[in-house]
Amino acid sequence: MAQMNMKEAIRDALRVELKRDPNVLLFGEDVGNVGGVFRVTEGLQKEFGEERVFDTPLAESAIGGLAVGLGVQGFRPVAEIQFVGFIFEALDQMVVQAARMRFRSGGKYNSPIVFRTPFGGGVKAAELHTDSLEGLLTQTPGIKVVVPSNPYDAKGLMIASIRDNDPVFFMEHLNLYHAFRAEVPEEDYVVELGKANVVREGSDVTIITYGMMVHTSVKAAEELEKQGIKVEVIDLRTVSPIDIDTIVASIKKTNRAIVVQEAQKSAGVAAEVIAQINEKAILHLEAPVLRVAGPDTVYPFAQIEDTWLPNPARIVAAVNKVVNF
Amino acid sequence: MSKVPYEVYTEDVEALSVLSPDGEIINKDMMPILSDDQLKEIMYRMVFTRTWDDRAVNLGRQGRLGFYAPVSGQEATMVGSEFAIEKEDFVCPGYRDIPQLVWHGLPLYQAFLYSRGHQHGGQIPDGVNVLMPQIIIGAQILHAMGIAMGYKLKKQKQVVITYTGDGGSSEGDFYEGLNYAGVYKLPVIFFVQNNGYAITTPFAKQTAALSIAHKAVAAGIKGVKVDGMDIFAVIKAVQEAAERGRNGEGATLIEAVTYRFRPHSLSDDASKYRTKEEEAEWSAKDPIARFAKYLEKKGLWTEEDTARVKEEAKAKVNEEIKKAEKTEKMTISGLIDSMFEQTPKHLEEQKADFQ
Ligand SMILES: Cc1ncc(C[n+]2csc(CCOP(=O)(O)OP(=O)(O)O)c2C)c(N)n1
Repeated sequence: MAQMNMKEAIRDALRVELKRDPNVLLFGEDVGNVGGVFRVTEGLQKEFGEERVFDTPLAESAIGGLAVGLGVQGFRPVAEIQFVGFIFEALDQMVVQAARMRFRSGGKYNSPIVFRTPFGGGVKAAELHTDSLEGLLTQTPGIKVVVPSNPYDAKGLMIASIRDNDPVFFMEHLNLYHAFRAEVPEEDYVVELGKANVVREGSDVTIITYGMMVHTSVKAAEELEKQGIKVEVIDLRTVSPIDIDTIVASIKKTNRAIVVQEAQKSAGVAAEVIAQINEKAILHLEAPVLRVAGPDTVYPFAQIEDTWLPNPARIVAAVNKVVNF
Repeated sequence: MSKVPYEVYTEDVEALSVLSPDGEIINKDMMPILSDDQLKEIMYRMVFTRTWDDRAVNLGRQGRLGFYAPVSGQEATMVGSEFAIEKEDFVCPGYRDIPQLVWHGLPLYQAFLYSRGHQHGGQIPDGVNVLMPQIIIGAQILHAMGIAMGYKLKKQKQVVITYTGDGGSSEGDFYEGLNYAGVYKLPVIFFVQNNGYAITTPFAKQTAALSIAHKAVAAGIKGVKVDGMDIFAVIKAVQEAAERGRNGEGATLIEAVTYRFRPHSLSDDASKYRTKEEEAEWSAKDPIARFAKYLEKKGLWTEEDTARVKEEAKAKVNEEIKKAEKTEKMTISGLIDSMFEQTPKHLEEQKADFQ
């Protein structure tokens, strides 16, 4: 097996799929010649040619619409939006057009599209480059939202996303691109969409999280272990749809949970997770489910993002609260 | 010469040039009227801007600045276009257009604070008619037409200038802005700095149009193309556009053909998409060197002047970066309180998480 960081794993997934299926196309701003601002697609244009991997003019709505049209033609577009804050320019095409294509056409057309975008805080990027907008997208029926936390998952989830016949929004955390290397099989494999992963077993409290916060939560869990609290950590991997079965199974064991997300607190993925826990597992709970999240402000300028982002200390405090409820 | 319109519109347009690379006036009729003091002031600003850009790149490498987009090479478009409007006029910039903001009145230390990711960087002082730098490419173009409509409704004679790049001219917002300005005959100047690249994407992959100036035609507004390395051409075009705006004749799209000597941002390697030959070709058109030759011939500028301005600029940059560094840090509670005029209860509660 090869050692890859998350960026290389995503590139590897793209290469596997470009090779396997001639209908897979890759495009977006600057993705062709130099391979994108993070070089995720580096080398792919050379390998597969300008017809399959190409730069677009600077127009996100057009990138989204191009993907929708190509999807109608039977292609499988992987469209990059350079940074997360620029999806707003393309939201009509993503949430109105792509996500409704199957419904509107009575199943005649679909949108087998992957929209890729880097996101995620802690890297002191410029405004609108790091916001966690997954909550906004999960409110859209007809679209799946994937947030990998490690190289192995990233490759398997990307391949699954490309093969999925519905639109998938694939969010790549900036802080994870180069964070670490892990074993990634060179052959193709899929990590099923909509399936969570128990990354750490424990019997006292469940932390439900995803993306970068998986790592922050594991750190907190290690600290809590020293206090004698055994924490189970669940990585959602797909934030829409949510794998409630894995969560409920865990809560039946631990009877306590918190949800950790980088995004602002209100009305997002964490709120949805808690709503579903209420529906499916309320009688197994010994304490209310708490959220550790960013405050309900705009994502701050670089100056204070480190304080703004959830950290192990805040997670430890929340776990202690539910344990001592 | 009689031509059917479509022939006219499919032809390339030649860029307006007033000053040759050797510092000679080659287009007397188009020479803007400027006093000797004004000429020296413009040169001062251009040299200052170049020095500040050099320093900013170093400060960025030392971690004393955050996000910074270099500007060297674009001094004629930036300094010249701002110089050609009045203090009362409004500037709607893109993320790279910090020099226009500063020359229009934004204190330099605030520009540094903006770069360092501090909210105070965007608190524009009263009486300075500018918006904060815009990250969303093209969004400012739409604000510009709204602000211009405001002037029109209030029967004020001000104009609005808004900036974007060749890349920005592909955004839907760009076309929508042009079209509205045409329909409502708004006093707005759309100033496109075509520096040949949008990050790594070359102009040829950005549009199949022969020029960006052509895009004015479809919106029913005036479009012109100027040599963006030529300070006089820039000033002339903007002065004319401003006059048209003030006279109620509507909007103008100006395409200024220029080049940035440095890559897109500090974290970018231009050698992956630009050639050394191309860079050399453009550095021979350096707007400052060209203008200096003209001024030297007129006895208005010497190499010592350049050296003096550089020293002044360095000292000023040092002072202002220190001021930025000394500015009180942002706090989460301050941030929370800046979301609404009156902080709602749930946000008051959230402050407790950060105590
Ligand atoms: C809506 C939006 N899409 C993408 C970006 C990312 N981005 C920042 S600068 C840039 C290229 C801009 O090129 P151009 O307009 O030619 O201006 P230049 O940088 O050359 O001055 C891109 C794609 C952005 N900031 N906003």
